[in-house]
Order: sequence, then C-alpha cells, then structure tokens
Amino acid sequence: MYKQVLKISAGFILAAGISASPAFAGGEAEVLHWWTSGGEAKALKVLKDDFAKNGGTWKDMPVAGGGGDAAMVTLKARIVSGDPPTAAQIKGPTIQEYDDEGVVGPYNIHSVATAENWDALLSPQVANHMKCDGFTKYCAAPVNIHRIDWFWANKKVLDANGLKMPTSWPEFNAAATKLKAAGIIPFAHGGQPWQDATVFEAVAIGIGGNDFYRKAIMELDLDALGGSTMVKVFDQMRILQGFTDEGMPGRDWNVATGMVMNGKAAFQIMGDWAKGEFANAGLKPGIDYYCLPTPSNHGYLYNVDSFIFYSMKGENKIEGQKLLASLMMGKNFQKVFNLYKGSIPARLDVPMDEFDMCAKGSAADLNYAAMTGGLLPSFAHGMALKLAQKGAIQDVVTEHFNSKMSSKEAASRLVRAVKDTL
Amino acid sequence: MQTADPIQMKALERSASRKRTFYRWLLFLILGLFGIYYLAPMYVMIVTSLKSMEEIRQGNLMTLPGEIMFDAWKTAWSGRGYAAGDVFLRPFFWNSIKLVVPAVVISTFFGALNGYALTKWRFKGDNLLFLLFLFGCFIPYQAILLPMARTLGMMGISNSIFGLVLVHTVYGLSFTTMFFRNYYISIPDEMIKAARIDGAGFFKIFFKVLLPISSPIIVVTVIWQFTGIWNDFLFGSSFSFGESAPIQVALNNMVLTSTSVKEYNVDMAAAFIAGIPTLLVYVFAGKYFIRGLTAGSVKG
Amino acid sequence: MFYWLQKNLPKIVIAPSFAVILWFVYGFILWTIYISFTNSKMLPRYDFVGLKQHIRLWSQWRWYNAVENLLIFTVLFIAICIIIGIFLSILLDQKIRAEGFLRTVYLYPMALSFIVTGTAWKWILNPTMGIQKLVRDWGFTDFTFDWLVNRDMSIYTIVIAAVWQSSGFVMALFLAGLRSIDDEIIKAAKIDGASLYSIYITIILPMLRPVFMSAIVILLHISIKSYDLVIALTAGGPGTSSDMPAVYMTQMAFHRSEIALASASAVMMFLTILAIVVPYLYSELRRQDANR
Repeated sequence: MYKQVLKISAGFILAAGISASPAFAGGEAEVLHWWTSGGEAKALKVLKDDFAKNGGTWKDMPVAGGGGDAAMVTLKARIVSGDPPTAAQIKGPTIQEYDDEGVVGPYNIHSVATAENWDALLSPQVANHMKCDGFTKYCAAPVNIHRIDWFWANKKVLDANGLKMPTSWPEFNAAATKLKAAGIIPFAHGGQPWQDATVFEAVAIGIGGNDFYRKAIMELDLDALGGSTMVKVFDQMRILQGFTDEGMPGRDWNVATGMVMNGKAAFQIMGDWAKGEFANAGLKPGIDYYCLPTPSNHGYLYNVDSFIFYSMKGENKIEGQKLLASLMMGKNFQKVFNLYKGSIPARLDVPMDEFDMCAKGSAADLNYAAMTGGLLPSFAHGMALKLAQKGAIQDVVTEHFNSKMSSKEAASRLVRAVKDTL
Repeated sequence: MQTADPIQMKALERSASRKRTFYRWLLFLILGLFGIYYLAPMYVMIVTSLKSMEEIRQGNLMTLPGEIMFDAWKTAWSGRGYAAGDVFLRPFFWNSIKLVVPAVVISTFFGALNGYALTKWRFKGDNLLFLLFLFGCFIPYQAILLPMARTLGMMGISNSIFGLVLVHTVYGLSFTTMFFRNYYISIPDEMIKAARIDGAGFFKIFFKVLLPISSPIIVVTVIWQFTGIWNDFLFGSSFSFGESAPIQVALNNMVLTSTSVKEYNVDMAAAFIAGIPTLLVYVFAGKYFIRGLTAGSVKG
Repeated sequence: MFYWLQKNLPKIVIAPSFAVILWFVYGFILWTIYISFTNSKMLPRYDFVGLKQHIRLWSQWRWYNAVENLLIFTVLFIAICIIIGIFLSILLDQKIRAEGFLRTVYLYPMALSFIVTGTAWKWILNPTMGIQKLVRDWGFTDFTFDWLVNRDMSIYTIVIAAVWQSSGFVMALFLAGLRSIDDEIIKAAKIDGASLYSIYITIILPMLRPVFMSAIVILLHISIKSYDLVIALTAGGPGTSSDMPAVYMTQMAFHRSEIALASASAVMMFLTILAIVVPYLYSELRRQDANR
C-alpha cells in the first residue's frame, strides 16, 4: 500500500517535472550583447520573442558600455572560466580569432546552415565572415549589414545656404567653409576613438580610393601606410578637424546626430544606425534630412553584426544555439529586425519595399559595389583586421585628430604601430 | 606688573573678540566654499533627476527644476512598463544585497580573527605574515580577472552568487585584517594576560573579551567593505549572469547605452538610487567611522 | 595533543585566510608574471618567449604616455588630497557646531561609485553643458574652462574628480589624528608663547606622521587602480591624452587581444607598488615592534 502511494506520487512528480519545463522543447540560450536601449533593444526583442515562441528559454546577458568594451571583459572571463555564453555579439575577424583559440569547434550550427543552404542566401563576402575552420564551416549567424560611410545632413540648413549635398571632397570643403562663415558648425562629430576611426576610413576610400584602402588597411602594406596618399588622407582629416566645434572630444555619437537634427550643425559622418535617431524624432529622409554616401568611387564600407556560437556542453544549450541560428536567418526576422535597427538584411532575398529610401539606396549600392570591387569591410568597426592591429591604427588616428600632429608624422607613426603588432 | 588701565583692557578685549569673530566668519566662509565644491555634483544629480528632458535641453546645469517631476525616479527604479531592453534597478538592488551581506560578514569575521591571532598571540614570522596580507590590498583587479575566472570555473561556481561572494571576501580579507590588526595592537596586552590567567582559552578570550570592545573598528570595517563591494562593477559584470547581476552592472547598462536619446534625468535618478545605500551607511555611521579610525589604522 | 593545539591555534586560525591569500593573490601574481613571458594573444597561452613582451611594452609610446600621466596624477592627487585633508581637518577641529554635518558633506563623495562620479563630473566639466556654459550664461562671455576637451589639460580634470572623491577620507583620517593629540601639549606650547601657526607646523604635524603614511598608502592604491574613473570621465581622451596604466592594461588584455603585453604592464605595476609600499610597511612595523 505504502509502496503504491510512493509510486503514484513519484509518477505525479515526474509528470509535473516534465510539464513544468518547456525549456527542454526548444533549448536554452544565454545571450551576451550590449543592445540595451532604443531601436537596438526593440530589434533584439524581436529575436527574443521569436525564440520564446519556438519554445526556447532566453537568458539575457546585457553588458552595456563603450560599444561592447565592457562586454568583452565579461566574455573573456566567461570563456576562461570554461562556461561561455550560448551566443555572443561578436563580428568580423574576431570570430576567426576565437576559432584559432579553439573555443568554437565543433561548430554546432554548421548543420543548420547547410540544411537551410545559407551559402545561397548570403553574399560570399558576408558568408565568409561567418565561417570558421579555414572558412569552411559556419560558426556565426549574421543579422544585418550596416553601411558606415554615410553623410547625414540637415536639409533646411543646406537649403538656407544654397548648398547641395557634396559629391566630392573638395566640394564638401568648400561647402563647409561657407557654412562656417555663416555661423553653422559644419561638421558635427563625437571625439571618441571609434568615431575618429569611422571618419578616417570614409576619408581613406574617398581620397585614396578603394584599392588604396584594400592595400593599406586590409593588407597592411607598410609602404601604403606610410606613403604620400596616406599623408593626403591625414591632410583631409586635419581639414575636417577644423570644421568641428570645441565640444567635440568625448561627445557621444547620438549627441552629434542631435546637433544635425536641430540645425546647430550641418553634416555628420556616421553609420546608418544614425537613421534611427532621425526616425525617432519623426524626421523623414529627403524631406528633413539627407542621407548620401560620403564621396568615393562607389566604395561601400560595411559592418555585419553577428552572433558567434561557442562550443557548448549540454544538449539543451546546443539545441538553443541551433534554434537561435535558424531564427536569426529567418526571412521575416531579418526584415523586422533591420526595420528597427536602420540597417539592411544580410539575407539576400528579403523584400525591401517597406524600407525607407536610405536603406533602399544602400541595398542598391551594395550590389553595385560588390560587382565592381568596392565592397570593403570596415576596419573601424572590426570587420577588416584583428583587434590588435585595428587598435594600433585607431590609436594613431585618434591622436592625430585630437592634436596638431603633422600628417607626415601620423603616417610614419602608423607604420611603426602596425609593425609592432605584426 | 603694572595694573592695566581698565578702559584700555576693555578696548583690547573688544578688538580681540572682533578678531575672533572675523576669523570665525572666515572659517565658515572657507568651509562653506569647500562645501559647495563637494556638494555641487550631488546638487546637479538631484536637480537634473527632477527635471523633464525638455528643461534639461534648454536650461543649464544649475537651474532649479521649474516643475518637480518624480517620473525619472520611477522609471529608474521600476522601468517604463514595456519590456524591450528595459533596464531598471529594482531586481538588481536585491541581488546586490544578497551579495554584499554575506561577503561583508564573512570577511569582517575572519579579519577580526586574523587581527586577533596576529597581535595577541605572538609567534615567529607574524609580522612577515601581516606584510604578506597587506600586499593584497594593492592588486589591480583587472590583472587577476582571468586567473580568477579560471579558478572559479574549476570550482564550478563561476557564474553564481557564491563565486562573487568568494571573490569579494577574498580581496576584502587584506583590508579587514589590516583594520583589526591595527586596532587590536593598541589594546593593552594586560587584558588578555589577565583572562589567560583566569583560565580562558583562545576563542573564549576572542568572543568574551575582545569582540565586545571592538565595535568602533567593526563599524569601520563594515563600512569600508560595504562601500567597496556595493560599488564594484568589474567582478559583478564578469562573474554573474544577466538577471542575477549586482546593481552597478544594471546602472552601467542604463547609463552607458550608446544609442538613442540619453535620458539624463533617468540616468541621474538611477545613479542616485544606486548610491543611496552607501550614502545611508555613511550618514548614519559617520560618527563611528571617526571613532573607529582613531583607534585603528591611523596610529599604525 | 591538546597542548599542541592550544599552542598553534593562532596559526591554525590564520591558516585558511593565508591559504586563500596565497592562492588568490600570490598565485595569481605568479600566473601574471608567467603570462608576461608568453605569446598570449586573446586567451592565455603557455609558450615561453622570454622578454619579448617587456621589450615591446617599453617601445610603445602609449605606455610611456600612460606612465607619465600616472606620475603627474599620483603626485598631484596625493599632494592636493593631503593638503586639503589637513586644511579641512584643522578647520573642522575648531569645535564648530556644524561639524557633524560638514564632515558628512566632505566624506560622502567616497560613497558614490566611479560611474556616478565620472558621469556627474563629465557633465559639470563639459564646456558646452557645464561650468563654462554656466559662467557664460551669467554674462562672462569670454570665460573658458575647457580642460576636459583639451589634450594638455585632460589629465588634470581627472585629478579634480579624484580629489573630490577621496580628499574627504583623508580629512577624516587627519581629524581623527588631531583629536587624539593631547590638549596639554598644545596648552603648554601656547604658554611658552608659540603662535598657533608655528604650533601646527612644528609640533602637531610631525606628531601626525603615522596619519600621513596611512593616507599616502591608501591614496597610492587608489591612484594605481584608477580605471573606472578615467573611463567614465574622459575614456582616456581626447585621443589618448589622459591614458593611465590600469586603462592601458585593461584595453590591451580585453580589447586588443594582447594578454601577454597587458601582463607585462601589470608586472610593471606590481614592481612599482613593491618598491614603494614594502619599504614603508617594513619600517612602520619595525617602529611598532620597537614601541611595544
């Protein structure tokens, strides 16, 4: 009798246990990221909801600050302790760097990628970024493509001064000089190292050209880094510095965008996440503000946000990884996510009709640049170089932009800095 | 000595007291000016947290709020009501309490025990031992983050409150041992000797004789540890996950987000809320702090 | 057996704490030293490459810059904190009614985390939002106070915020020290006709030597560990003008995948601490023993 009661109770407990944990159905995922506010948070929520709808349990692990700086500390601590997060917001060559350290194999999501035929859904350049093991196995999933080299401008200010959007750097310099005389801050800028680097690379492809960028920045050719073209690039940086205001150092990028929005300043160079600021303020492209690529020869600096999937212990978590990866490449998700975030889908077959004119232009430019060899990974946003080299270049760029260093000196420092990290 | 002229005496006295009053006023002026230097940031914080964003954009730092609004405080504490990346402080507040209390209690207790053993029971090498403890006060935490992560991982507690409590306790030991050791060293040995003669053993003396008179230094140690652990960000963000993170991680996530409009009033309110426990601890225990310092680390 | 236990009880009691310190402090220091001799990039690696990283470290202008900033900062920070601390403590010692309140006012900054301090001061020191704007709004349109965004002066803004945060604590230390000085000594000196000023200089301050030492040690440890404040206030900028060794080390280790280089810089920091702190502590302990 007693044994019977025991058996029945055990049965109940077991049943209760099983039914009380739907987590087992869709897997679980601990996701490290720094998208904690505004459009980015809304965009991420789409993923969270999708994941939950499919039975997964999402454990949020946000660490804001410095565009991911604080999160990197947390991430390394977790990896070294042997318990990496299920997915982490990692992009660019850093993905392969982690693979070199041996913490990504056996590439849990590769089976999902082959099953869903990601090779056909992504452009080869983007796909390569997502692959490990000598670019053969998928180990990360892309969620978007950001364009970096945009000019954002206040239409009213330009109209009031009889100016059109510049299509060459000399044209920009002339326009800026005119604006300065009229009491407008020509160039709104936030003096943080990554922003300085962003402007630098836009200027590099504009003044030096796509091939120059490829040689100097991507291949780290020391002659190109220290040569006369680089000096010209730094010259233009110095000119740009003259068009900023005194509050520039340390300013956050969205505050600079705010200056353009309210007409205190005319131009800003920033990636297309700036679009979100305009949208939030109810401003429309072409009517209140202009978005145009910075002058270059059909260059296109891109940044692909992605999530890396580390090697995991526990079936539950591996299930979670596979589900996440699949959801991230989902057609609808890519559309909604990018509508919120201001970027364009990484997946090639997403219908673009709901996107605004800047995004549509970006997609068209992307295809053209891919065909003509102007599609270039942004070094400032970690797509082109290993972190040590990116940091070395960034140090020199930001030092130069925030001082009176001569262009020649900057170029030679660039060579020295890069040499040291090789 | 000549008898002084009473009128002259009175005049001298008056000028002396006028001088004293003058110096008194000067004293208050100087103290007041410094007070402004110290209070200015807090004034800015509170005033900003009570303004609306419009007012903040238009006015400058120092202006009083035209209309006092507590909305920012509510948002900082309990969020905006939608869950899209909404970070607010309430749940993390309790995480910090759960973390701080055990860490403070354990490190204080062992610090006291160590201080006692090092000073009232001399043995060879006790000074060297103390020196070795002291050096631990200077370790930059970033330098040991990775080996700590490894160790916690090996112990299986790298992602839990136990791990955090261990980390904070360990690095608090150097300070707590220093505080108690310096305090006990100035307590006359006679007390201990008398108790020993009466037949009391090691622990009895500790609990019955020393602890009862240790309240000033206990307060000092608790304040120091509480402040340090409550305000820690580095360990909190590295060794805890998402929802069980301590409050500074949440504050960081609220204030240092890099996109969308910065809501300065919410940021300031959040910063203030995160600082309230330590502020309270200081205000109420400030008295004991001074008393404890006199008897403790000051005289060395 | 019981006697042995009793005799060694103190050592047994300390043993757990000591074991913990041995591992978590000294073990980790040794680990860091070892890593500084390897080629570790993103995650620790255990190959041995000799002094390569140390040589690299000393060829980096950014490191020199950080060290120079540390020297400037430390000297100013310690000197100003002590001067203000002594000054305020002497003033507060004059038995005024508002002492409790003022003491709290001067002491509370230490209770705030660096994130809070950095954010508030970043605002106050920003030329377009803070003091400069305020004074200009008052009518002094030529007033400039743009240290925060000036690469030559940015390190001094960190001094301002750091002094604000820690000088109250120094004041508390000195106040406690002053209170513990016997009034008789001062009375005797006054009877001998010494002026208040010379009493302070020749009698009281020398008696506070231990307090000076404690303050210096505590301030030094805060200075070497300065990371959160720098990041919150200037992020090391403009450019890298307000960079500090702790910031450099963290960036190298976690954002540049140069863990070995970072460890080399950490070793430098350890050596510096060793060189300054150990002689002081040693002499302090010697003196205490002599006095027992």
